[in-house]
Amino acid sequence: MNQLRRKINGMRRSPKALVIVMFVGLFVVGTGYTTVSASVSPNREIVRTQEQIDLGKKIFLANCASCHGKNAEGTVNAPSLIGVGEASVDFQVSTGRMPGAASGPQLEVKPVQFTLEETAAMAAYIGSLADGPSIPDEAYLQANGNASSGGELFRINCAMCHNAAGAGGALTEGKYAPQLMGSSAKTIYEAMVTGPQNMPVFSDANITPEQKNDIITYLTYLQNNSSVGGEELGSLGPVSEGLVAWLGLLGLLVIIAVWLAAKSN
Amino acid sequence: MTENSKEVELNKSASPVEHEYDGGLRVANLDAVTDPGLEPHRVRMTDKSVKHEKAAVRQVALLFTLSMLGSAFALWAYFSFPLSENLSSVRLNTMYLGIGMTLGLMGIGIGAVHWAKTLMPDNEVSEERHLTRGSDEKRAAAIEILNAANQESGFTRRKLIRRTLYGSLALFPLPGIILFADLGPNPGDSLRHTFWKKGTRLAKDPTGIEIKASDVTVGSVFQIIPSGLNPENKEYLEEKAKAAVLLVRVDPSELNETEERKGWSYQGIVAYSKICTHVGCPVALYEQQTHHLLCPCHQSTFDLINGCKVIFGPAARPLPQLPITVDSEGYLIAQSDFLEPVGPSFWDRSVKS
Repeated sequence: MNQLRRKINGMRRSPKALVIVMFVGLFVVGTGYTTVSASVSPNREIVRTQEQIDLGKKIFLANCASCHGKNAEGTVNAPSLIGVGEASVDFQVSTGRMPGAASGPQLEVKPVQFTLEETAAMAAYIGSLADGPSIPDEAYLQANGNASSGGELFRINCAMCHNAAGAGGALTEGKYAPQLMGSSAKTIYEAMVTGPQNMPVFSDANITPEQKNDIITYLTYLQNNSSVGGEELGSLGPVSEGLVAWLGLLGLLVIIAVWLAAKSN
Repeated sequence: MTENSKEVELNKSASPVEHEYDGGLRVANLDAVTDPGLEPHRVRMTDKSVKHEKAAVRQVALLFTLSMLGSAFALWAYFSFPLSENLSSVRLNTMYLGIGMTLGLMGIGIGAVHWAKTLMPDNEVSEERHLTRGSDEKRAAAIEILNAANQESGFTRRKLIRRTLYGSLALFPLPGIILFADLGPNPGDSLRHTFWKKGTRLAKDPTGIEIKASDVTVGSVFQIIPSGLNPENKEYLEEKAKAAVLLVRVDPSELNETEERKGWSYQGIVAYSKICTHVGCPVALYEQQTHHLLCPCHQSTFDLINGCKVIFGPAARPLPQLPITVDSEGYLIAQSDFLEPVGPSFWDRSVKS
């Protein structure tokens, strides 16, 4: 027993022990931190590895370069992607808007063409070209902000195009502001920071990340709560309500009038 | 054919024409549509068969019973779906209450009409319309009454009374008319001035946070109010409605500015009144790529990079531009108020005051 204790004491004093303890400590802290941070925010930041950038460049050359140029410098058919940021790539590709199927007034939402890894790789490649808006921090996508302040910001900054209930609306020459019901928090956030297509940019200096979270909270509230005033009829206001009133209710009144005047057989 | 013409003859004698006019050179309308008279009476099934009659009785009774059930349902719904703090309770409460009350009233109405149509007598009756003009005796009697009233009251004889009555009737409405003055006061020159002054900083709506030129990236849109304008201000909403501004930054090379407005923007940052020159809706639908500003009310479209000139829609004038610059701390400030009245046209807009 005493011998064993002496042996352990001897090992403790050995210089090798210091190295071992340091390695064990570093390993525990490192893996522990990664596990903890990963469980809190899985998408916190896209770590841009060289493999990702290389893969992204390959996918870009095969799928995007014909319009956006071999070095993403843009051509007459499509804008330059230098400096648009990872958020822009993620928004356009993960909603299926890019790659575009045909030129027209506006690129539309289509089935998504790339996997999450491929999208992330393309985002990493574009992000490596120049600085731009990055993928939003998960902390601002929780929809846990103030819905009423979000509603006020939405009505001031967004509602004129996207409708006060997020039902979308028409713009000029065939363009339109898409409806926001069913859009994910990440998509909404990325649209605000990047200003896709004809949407203006709402940078963090204009609407802070906390305020963006408030807006997302408001939209999530609208998505999850049915209208208290009854059937929304697409939340389009007087157009759909007038259609129902004129065709439906007036038609019913005409039918009743015909029945009143008809003779019984 | 002969029968028809006979009927026409009969009709003529039955209803004498009110006024006789000379036809002149008018073309005689020989093939005019003639009064087809009444359709032959059709006997209802409920009159012919006892079975159908009993069925109709049951149907009417069923409709009245449905009405009773509907009213009872409405009473039940009122107590079963009470209004609470939760707004969605309004939906169920009003919907079920409405369904019940509709059944309650519609059941009575439809039942009553069905009763009348199937079971009550259905003899067709036609009545001749009497002439509008009274008989000569009646007309003479009416004039007699008027003359008697004039004699008894002395309306034409007593001039003093008649003229003072005219005067009082003429003056009586004046106090009522003068009350309309309370609809004022006249707007004065308030339509020509806004909250913007020389050096007023541009602030974000609704937070009132002042912004620096460096905050405004290319492609950004800011909804702007003058700094210092807050709900404590007198006539806050009126001032805000006049002073609202849209701030946009575009690539300076894209901006086509007239010579006199060269100094009104700052490195591609331009500020325009948000109030449409048509009827005053907020123009804030900005398309980043085309630089079009669209008004949601009547689709007036303004070209932001060409001085916001109207390129579509009913607006008559470009949106007024707010001359801006930056101060020593880098904050965006107004060089002055708007140099023309913002918003829609008004009576003497072009008159300089």
